[in-house]
Amino acid sequence: METKSGFNWFKYASPKTFYPVAGKIIPWCAISAAVLIVYGLYIGLFVAPTDFQQGEGYRIIFVHVPAAWFSMFLYLLMAVYAGMGLVFNAKLSYMMATAIAPTGAMFTLVALVTGSLWGKPMWGAWWVWDARLTSELILLFLYIGYFSLQAAIDDKNRADKASAVLALVGAINVPIIYFSVKWWNTLHQGASVSLTQAPAMAAIMLKGMLIMAIGFWLYSIAVVLIRVRCEILERDNKAAIFKQGL
Amino acid sequence: MSVITLAREFGTSELSTFSVLYRILVRDIKVALRRQSDVMAVFFFFIIAASLFPLGSGADSKLLSAMAPSVLWVTALLSCMLSLSRIFASDYADGTLEQIMLSNQPTVLIVLMKLLAHWVLSGLPLVFVAPLIGLQFNLSSAELQILAISLLMGTLALSLIGSIGAALTLGIRGSGVLIAILVLPLYIPVLVFGAGAVNAVSIGMSPNGALSLLGAVLAMALVFAPLASAAALRIALE
Repeated sequence: METKSGFNWFKYASPKTFYPVAGKIIPWCAISAAVLIVYGLYIGLFVAPTDFQQGEGYRIIFVHVPAAWFSMFLYLLMAVYAGMGLVFNAKLSYMMATAIAPTGAMFTLVALVTGSLWGKPMWGAWWVWDARLTSELILLFLYIGYFSLQAAIDDKNRADKASAVLALVGAINVPIIYFSVKWWNTLHQGASVSLTQAPAMAAIMLKGMLIMAIGFWLYSIAVVLIRVRCEILERDNKAAIFKQGL
Repeated sequence: MSVITLAREFGTSELSTFSVLYRILVRDIKVALRRQSDVMAVFFFFIIAASLFPLGSGADSKLLSAMAPSVLWVTALLSCMLSLSRIFASDYADGTLEQIMLSNQPTVLIVLMKLLAHWVLSGLPLVFVAPLIGLQFNLSSAELQILAISLLMGTLALSLIGSIGAALTLGIRGSGVLIAILVLPLYIPVLVFGAGAVNAVSIGMSPNGALSLLGAVLAMALVFAPLASAAALRIALE
């Protein structure tokens, strides 16, 4: 697979070469994630002004919105890795997909919990069958399906491929589910609750949210890489890496 | 049908793709009809489960007719799901599936035939019995009509989407519950548009919008689901 330019794109697709590289990336991502999240929370909790409509309660969006973004982004990323695994038959891609799933599910759960905590004072109910909340819940179900399938199949090779197919099918379905729930919502309850017409956001709020998002992103990279390294060790426990005592 | 007779049928290479596919469809229906109790069980599950709802909620006819579209649709969805594992399981257990996959005909079309056969025996009967149950729920004739039409399209979509789950969980322990977890979230659009069409009629709106969307979901499932199922079957048979 040597290319003319001399750079081999597939070099890091081998778990053996990927393992040490991942090890070097992890601390950088972890430290900058911690710094950014602390800074983002500082902006969110202390710097950003109180919202004139929602009071202090709105501050949960600094966690809620980035978490919701990442719940969806990570599902998509998982599907991309699953697809790459099926196309190139690369073990590392499957491992990445497997490693991304728990973090994605965690962000989905965080988005749901913070959403309902926000909903109680704002809407007066812990749960509202709002289109976004409902599709987030369904996204959690899709993650659960992915885990369950992977856990049920003993043969690692088959588990990888089968759950990759499921992830791809789910990724095609995510937009369909979102729109079906949205239209279902308008049919059933009219426009009683609308999140789409959010008031214009102050620049400082946007800044806080973006910093949190980048922090979450770096956190995801760090955690996923740690999990991939564990996965590599678990699968090839006779591999050279293990003997090197890493 | 045993492996040997199948081999005899598919072994003769002069059969055209069309006639092979037709034979698979007929064979699957024949094999399923030999276990009539299995086919009937799904049918009766639908009737019994739907009849439980009035017992749980009281016999207020207004409440019942308001609930009916969702109750009938969810029950139909569950009964379709219960029979999913049968699409491939018995053929997988006795090796027939491997023989069929080895044939020189496109796997995607073979899979499509197998799940059409499944739909004819598990989804289609519901289309005919659902309006009868709908009468128990005090639905008007316009609603019953749309219920039947939405189920006609919807149950086919359910069989198509469900076949992916059936193929993925082939030969796995505890696959019955697993199929439910995999497939139910994917069923949501079908449920929303199917029950939505009936609901639209009951509030005096046109069901065409929901029915068109249901048709769109069906068309997409018709193209993509057999592809995904065939891929999943190849993984399971590796």
